[in-house]
Amino acid sequence: MITTDILIIGAGPTGLFAVFEAGLLKLKCHIIDALAQPGGQCSELYPKKPIYDIPGFPEVLAGDLVDNLMKQIEPFQPGFTLGERAETIERQEDGSFIVTTNKGTKHHAKVVAIAGGLGSFEPRKPIIDCLEKYEDKGLAYMIKDPEDYRGKRVVIAGGGDSALDWSIFLADVASEVTLVHRREEFRGALDSVEKVEELVEQDKIRLVTPAEILDINGEGKVESVLLQHNDEAKRMEVIECDAFIPLFGLAPKLGPIADWGLEIEKNAIKVDNTLDYQTNVPGIYAIGDVNTYPGKLKLILCGFHEATLMCQSAYQRIFPDKRYVMKYTTVGGVNGFDGSRKEAEKAVVKKIGNKQNV
Amino acid sequence: MSDIKMTIIDRDGQRHEVDAPTDMNMNVMEVCKAYDLPVQAVCGGMAMCATCQCYIISDHDLGERNDDEEAMLWEAQNVKDNSRLGCQIPITEDLEGLVIELAPEE
Ligand SMILES: Cc1cc2nc3c(=O)[nH]c(=O)nc-3n(C[C@H](O)[C@H](O)[C@H](O)COP(=O)(O)OP(=O)(O)OC[C@H]3O[C@@H](n4cnc5c(N)ncnc54)[C@H](O)[C@@H]3O)c2cc1C
Ligand code: FES
Repeated sequence: MITTDILIIGAGPTGLFAVFEAGLLKLKCHIIDALAQPGGQCSELYPKKPIYDIPGFPEVLAGDLVDNLMKQIEPFQPGFTLGERAETIERQEDGSFIVTTNKGTKHHAKVVAIAGGLGSFEPRKPIIDCLEKYEDKGLAYMIKDPEDYRGKRVVIAGGGDSALDWSIFLADVASEVTLVHRREEFRGALDSVEKVEELVEQDKIRLVTPAEILDINGEGKVESVLLQHNDEAKRMEVIECDAFIPLFGLAPKLGPIADWGLEIEKNAIKVDNTLDYQTNVPGIYAIGDVNTYPGKLKLILCGFHEATLMCQSAYQRIFPDKRYVMKYTTVGGVNGFDGSRKEAEKAVVKKIGNKQNV
Repeated sequence: MSDIKMTIIDRDGQRHEVDAPTDMNMNVMEVCKAYDLPVQAVCGGMAMCATCQCYIISDHDLGERNDDEEAMLWEAQNVKDNSRLGCQIPITEDLEGLVIELAPEE
């Protein structure tokens, strides 16, 4: 069982910055995210788009903001459970919580902060009967470790960047790659399209367009897929394979969190107050895009602010008898859990000290 | 430039008559959001999520779907002949009287 002070659900900008604010208070954090990489919407939807309303950054690419947040929280050594969705929560007698993911990983924490944004990004699934029967038995909606496909016959479906990129990557790893798309045009970077064309010419990728996968067959695992060519004759073809990977993009769903007994309004978690963003269940907070209260704005900046106030309240909950005095990082510096210490330059500290007559 | 009137039919079949400004560089998705209608617009209007899909009920000519819109609608669910992505339809004076219906959530 993973144990921590604050368990954060969601590794978007809000969840990541919460680690920093908690770290300043010497609270340890662990983050769960359904995605394989941190960054939430910034990484998943618009990593290359510039953001203009982060204070102090006239312009920053969403992907760079995430990289910087990761660097900023490094000294506090947060734990990560990535590629797993927080599924259930059980309140313990002492007021702490156990959160279990869809893969069965258990986390024990004194406080839970839901920074789930629009919800967990779930793969768009093709409309095929009995999909569940083959999930993790040859059928996967995202590729976590390409090595799983070494020497295998793989069918990829989709027309976006991930279908193109993974076809290119697996061309050197799998024994056979078939890329199936409903249209003849692909919606991806031009050089990826060109690379796929090159690999098709070299017989390293078999490209089938326009076509659709209609069915999966196999005893207990994927053994073949049924493909329909979208030509006049609607010709059917069976492709023998070991893996079928439909990559149709991701759509966010509030998902299991909606059943945790929290007050929900318009697909978001209602927080009782804007003092600390606590939900109707004491000890469970909701911060960032996932929460709602009068005047709510879904902006990164607002998520940062909410994370900061949440951490102060979590500290009081965890240490009811200790009084915390807020310190500026310019004065107190940043102490990592690994013993590292970053201090403001002495000259600056002294100047402030002199001024305040300390 | 003035506001136009448009009608948005929500997922419960309720009709909302709304005013949409033509001089604020808005699109149909943003108008829906501005009136608190349940349009998620997950991708922020980049034709990447189809959560702003709507059906065009009136017979306005909205022109061809652009490539990104076409490609996204190809992958989305509940797509009909009159499906469009709200985020790809700029509000112009020609849209006076437009009637749209929100597509079901995926
Ligand atoms: C195209 C676009 C442009 C934008 N531009 C700006 C801008 O310029 N400025 C600005 O301030 N904001 C902008 N935003 C909004 C901004 O991205 C969001 O406000 C911000 O990402 C919210 O951060 P968050 O951490 O609260 O949630 P998210 O970024 O949504 O992260 C939430 C994370 O939680 C995970 N999660 C949810 N539920 C679970 C679960 N049960 N188990 C495990 N993991 C879970 C999700 O997988 C996700 O990774 C933009 C958004 C979009 C789409
Ligand atoms: S808002 Fe995402 S496609 Fe329109």
